Amino acid sequence: MEAAVFILSLVDCCALIFLAVYFIITLSDLECDYINARACCSKLNKWVIPEMVGQCLSTMLMLISLHWFIFVLNLPVAVWNIYRYVKVPMGNMGVFDPTEIHNRGQLKSHMKEAMIKLGYHLLCFFIYLYSMILALIND
Amino acid sequence: MSTAGFNSQNGAGTGQPYSNGPSQNPVGLQQLPGAGYGSGHQSPFNLMQAKAPSPSVPGHYSPGPFQPLPPGSPYHLSPSPTAYPAPQGQPLLTAPLIGRPPSQTPPHSASSSPGLRLIPAQPTPPPPPAVSSSSYHQNPLQTAAPAWHYNTSQPTMRSPAPMILPPHGPVANNVNPAASLAGQSLPPPPLSSAAYNTSPPSPHLSQTQSQPQGLGMPPTSLHGYGQPGSAPPPMNPMAPHTYQPIRPAYGPPPTGPPPPMRPTPPPTGPPAASGTPPPTKADAQCGDSVNSTVSPTEPDCQEGDIECPGAVAGNGPQATNSYNHVDSKMAGLAQPGPPGRHLGHYPSLPPGYQNTSGPPAPSPMHPAMQAATQPYTQAPQAYQQMSGGPGMAQLSPSLASMSLQSGTPEALRVVNLLQERNLLPPTPISAPTPCLTQDLQRINCSPEVYRCTLTSIPQTQSLLNKAKLPLGLLLHPFKDLSQLPVVTSSTIVRCRSCRTYINPFVSFLDQRRWKCNLCYRVNDVPEEFMYNPVSRSYGEPHKRPEVQNATIEFIAPSEYMLRPPQPAVYLFVLDVSHNAVEKGYLNVFCQSLLDNINALPGDSRTKVGFITFDSTVHFYNLQEGLSQPQMLIVSDIEDIFLPTPDSLLVNLNECKELVQDLLKSLPSLFQKTMETQSALGAALQAAFKLLSPTGGRMSVFQTQLPNLGVGALQSREDPNQRASAKEIQHLSPATDFYKKLALDCSGQQVAVDLFLLSSQYCDLASLGCISRYSAGNVYYYPSYHHQHSPAQVECFQKDLKRYLTRKIGFEAVMRIRCTKGLSIHTFHGNFFVRSTDLLSLPNVNPDAGFAVQMSIDENLVDTQVVSFQAALLYTSSKGERRIRVHTLCLPVVNSLTDIFAGADVQAISGLLACMAVDRSVTASLGDARDAMINAAIDSLASYRQFALTIQQPGLLAPACLRLFPLYILALLKQKAFRLGTSTRLDDRVFAMCQLKYQPLAYAMPMIHPSLYRLDDLTDEGALNVNERTIPQPRVLQLSVEKLSRDGAFLMDAGTVMYLWIGRNCNPIFLTQVLGVPSYADVLDNLYVLPEIDSAESQRTRALIGWLRDQRPFYPSLHVIKDESQLKASLLQHMIEDRTDSALSYYEFLLHLQQKITK
Repeated sequence: MEAAVFILSLVDCCALIFLAVYFIITLSDLECDYINARACCSKLNKWVIPEMVGQCLSTMLMLISLHWFIFVLNLPVAVWNIYRYVKVPMGNMGVFDPTEIHNRGQLKSHMKEAMIKLGYHLLCFFIYLYSMILALIND
Repeated sequence: MSTAGFNSQNGAGTGQPYSNGPSQNPVGLQQLPGAGYGSGHQSPFNLMQAKAPSPSVPGHYSPGPFQPLPPGSPYHLSPSPTAYPAPQGQPLLTAPLIGRPPSQTPPHSASSSPGLRLIPAQPTPPPPPAVSSSSYHQNPLQTAAPAWHYNTSQPTMRSPAPMILPPHGPVANNVNPAASLAGQSLPPPPLSSAAYNTSPPSPHLSQTQSQPQGLGMPPTSLHGYGQPGSAPPPMNPMAPHTYQPIRPAYGPPPTGPPPPMRPTPPPTGPPAASGTPPPTKADAQCGDSVNSTVSPTEPDCQEGDIECPGAVAGNGPQATNSYNHVDSKMAGLAQPGPPGRHLGHYPSLPPGYQNTSGPPAPSPMHPAMQAATQPYTQAPQAYQQMSGGPGMAQLSPSLASMSLQSGTPEALRVVNLLQERNLLPPTPISAPTPCLTQDLQRINCSPEVYRCTLTSIPQTQSLLNKAKLPLGLLLHPFKDLSQLPVVTSSTIVRCRSCRTYINPFVSFLDQRRWKCNLCYRVNDVPEEFMYNPVSRSYGEPHKRPEVQNATIEFIAPSEYMLRPPQPAVYLFVLDVSHNAVEKGYLNVFCQSLLDNINALPGDSRTKVGFITFDSTVHFYNLQEGLSQPQMLIVSDIEDIFLPTPDSLLVNLNECKELVQDLLKSLPSLFQKTMETQSALGAALQAAFKLLSPTGGRMSVFQTQLPNLGVGALQSREDPNQRASAKEIQHLSPATDFYKKLALDCSGQQVAVDLFLLSSQYCDLASLGCISRYSAGNVYYYPSYHHQHSPAQVECFQKDLKRYLTRKIGFEAVMRIRCTKGLSIHTFHGNFFVRSTDLLSLPNVNPDAGFAVQMSIDENLVDTQVVSFQAALLYTSSKGERRIRVHTLCLPVVNSLTDIFAGADVQAISGLLACMAVDRSVTASLGDARDAMINAAIDSLASYRQFALTIQQPGLLAPACLRLFPLYILALLKQKAFRLGTSTRLDDRVFAMCQLKYQPLAYAMPMIHPSLYRLDDLTDEGALNVNERTIPQPRVLQLSVEKLSRDGAFLMDAGTVMYLWIGRNCNPIFLTQVLGVPSYADVLDNLYVLPEIDSAESQRTRALIGWLRDQRPFYPSLHVIKDESQLKASLLQHMIEDRTDSALSYYEFLLHLQQKITK
């Protein structure tokens, strides 16, 4: 049972890692002028909700399986993702808004955020991997 | 590598890289070098002459002008296909026109008009002969006339073709500022040559100093400059460090272009100038343009230039641009125009210009003010001196250097704000002059076009942070310029790595290589760049016009087009609901369009279309062959479609009669409508579909909140909360519909201009997005009614006229590059930022301003100067692809004191206003207000802490920032940011829009209005513009204490003017100006001054007219008596006074002091 939870988390975490990498690549394309702001934002906005769902999923899994430490580790990121999504002003076209992204260093802060998330997911990945192996051995 | 940058630039069209393969543009082809050349000779002529006529010719673009041209002229050919008539003719050269013409052949001399402009300079006639001798080509040129454009000298042109195509002659003019200057001034041919000489003295490439001497040899140059030779030394001490290192060898011939000097006004010219100084200035302006900028005054000059040619019309002149002039010239060709005539035109001084010169008196400053104003005025001073007669010219160098040296201390003079009450300088404030060598400063970009908040750039970000001042640029890139060098060249020289255009601030390592001043890459000089069309000599790349002018325009070859240049396309989307009919705007609109239909910028391909809407959308089939326009109604607003896609947008020339029929019948068509709903969203979608294949301009007229179908909005404002609310809600859009549509429009090169005529809440915050992101404009007439508000009707009419006839650029992109180490992080204005430094502008108009904020990423330790280049690529209304490039150069400093000394308080306030608007939308209005107050506190505290050596009590500020707290307070009391006063949400949002996209020159009076006393106007110190005498009353502080009951006062608040009449007003003023016997007889809603033939009336009207001419929109005038309802709005502008909810100026200062010393 426990092994199944971690295997699921591991898969979820892999997906999130790929997503974070995709965000970074797309944003740096924008930075380097390979794509324009509109294309970049519509690409990224499509993945904001999947990312949020993925993060919440692993958080819930940990809560249900009563792994408090990992739950607490996951919670802030999930909350941040939800907060960011809810806080989008009505006039904006999503978390990534093509008309705003070049202003006030938003591009840089998005980039920084994606980097931090990537690091965080990598950390989680190893934690899950370790826990999974431990669970398999215990079984 | 470079492609990326490049592409994007091209991208205007599609955004694809060039590499794809430039699509060729048929039009583009037209400019064959050969063609331009051959026939060129004649055309140049035309140009010259044209000038004279130009003033009268309002329609700049109209093809008409061309016709007059001689058949043989190359211009003809090109113009008809594409468009800019004038420009093309000159492809090479451009507007500068100036001097040459006169010099050339005697007949031309007749056309002296150009000459006038240039006026070069030689006040004193004597030297001319010498001059001629000095110049190398000169003599030949003069007589032969071959070289000169104007002369018709095709012969000379012969080989040069590759470089600059078109008519060399014109080119030459354009190119050589100096030359032009000299030539013009003196009618006699020899003089012209002299002018030339100065610039060309290329031989002396090496040292600046040496050059002068060399120049000196040539007689003329000496004259003007004569002094210059000596001058250089003084200068060096100051700036040399920055300058010389960069281009030691080539140093622009220091004296070369005497431009700075304004020769005495030509004898004839003076009409305009009351004082001697003004005339000179005028000349300078005209002439200067070439050089690009001498000093702060220059910008004005440019405006002036415009006016010089076009002169008369207030707004009109602005609309006209160089092109126009050209056109007009061409038209004029037929008539040689007597010299006298030209002169007449000439005199007109640009308003802006005059301002700067303001104190016409030779003595630069008011004695009293001098100290205070010095920082600002210093530039003008230098200028004036230079312009002054020959004697002045001699002094100029030393004076200039003095001003440079003394400038810093003066700007830093410590002012105790709490003690000095009267801080306002008596005359308008001009931009500070960057502390550069005179040579660099002379060619630097005009502050009217390009302004930096800090004219001395800090070396590191930490230094910038310490100064607590914002670093940013304010641009007005498409400003109407009367003198703009235009270059046609098959290859445009750009840096291979950063794609920067070659500019005056690059350094030439040797004849074959140049070093980019933005990325420092060393590039090869292409073969054809080695030939200098101006001097027709080889091996002087640094004398090319591109390297002599900080503002220049290129005619782009076909690589810069991804598709054939689009035609001018105008679509009008009109609200015809019951509310709109009630307002009665349709009559005015249709009449204006009928009147100006021939003045719409465009060529033979111009297209127009009309859509009207209420709860349904109506299209008009205007296809050729129909006997009358056909209305097609589409009621399916959820899924809008075009009933007949081909015949809704029609060629204006072919279907003009149908269009006119439609315009005549439109107002009556909906007279009885009872439809109250408005399906704006659907109409916009339909209009977008209609325009998307070509791109173009969509003008939307809306009179109520859209409430049907897509894009419907709800009223969000609670009128009862207006005054009491602690926090203002709903400043951000309610839906992303308009933003998305605007981005779609932007992608298809469609711009949307919104005219909002509504007395009710219309949710401008949401609707405005449609214009904001598609690079359109918003016009707002809150109380428009065709009967009840005649002042607004007049305003609407005038604005429409300007709107319809002003210059326009299509499918434009602008890229702003800066020296490595600096980066742009925030943009303000109406556009869509497509990639990091590329602004997508489906349309660009001369009234749009932009601002950017910058940060310093890498320390600028090894650099003495940094440069900023704005390149605007656009399609003219004649179907030509053009690139307008502005380059600004500023020094780098490493001490806090120098940073403060270079602070430009107006630019800082303008940029802070933009930042505050952003903050209000993303955070809250309260935050924005706090941020502005903190900006004042932080910068003054930083000054006190780090830059002040002697600590004294009081609120201390450097003289250059002494107005900073006042401007901040003005912003806090501005409609956009005020709290506690009843302000309609739409008014507030509109004020915010204006702060964001108005160029600084137009935004300043909206922030801090000017107050003048009118009942004691005198001609003392008056300016002379277009043979009108413009009195220059003193600017008063904005305090009720300045109003006295026995006077009459004019407040100029940018978009509106108030004339306040005191109860005991001087009866002479009442009878002579207002035409009423007593105070009681003054009508309550008076908005025009009667035309009374008295000196007082003329002075008053001249002043008001002149103020209006300075801006593209039309400020309405309201006469206010003590008991008028409008009195409250006048009092709201009394910034220094206390109100129920806001501090007085003195209290505000105390508040700042308390925070600073805490």
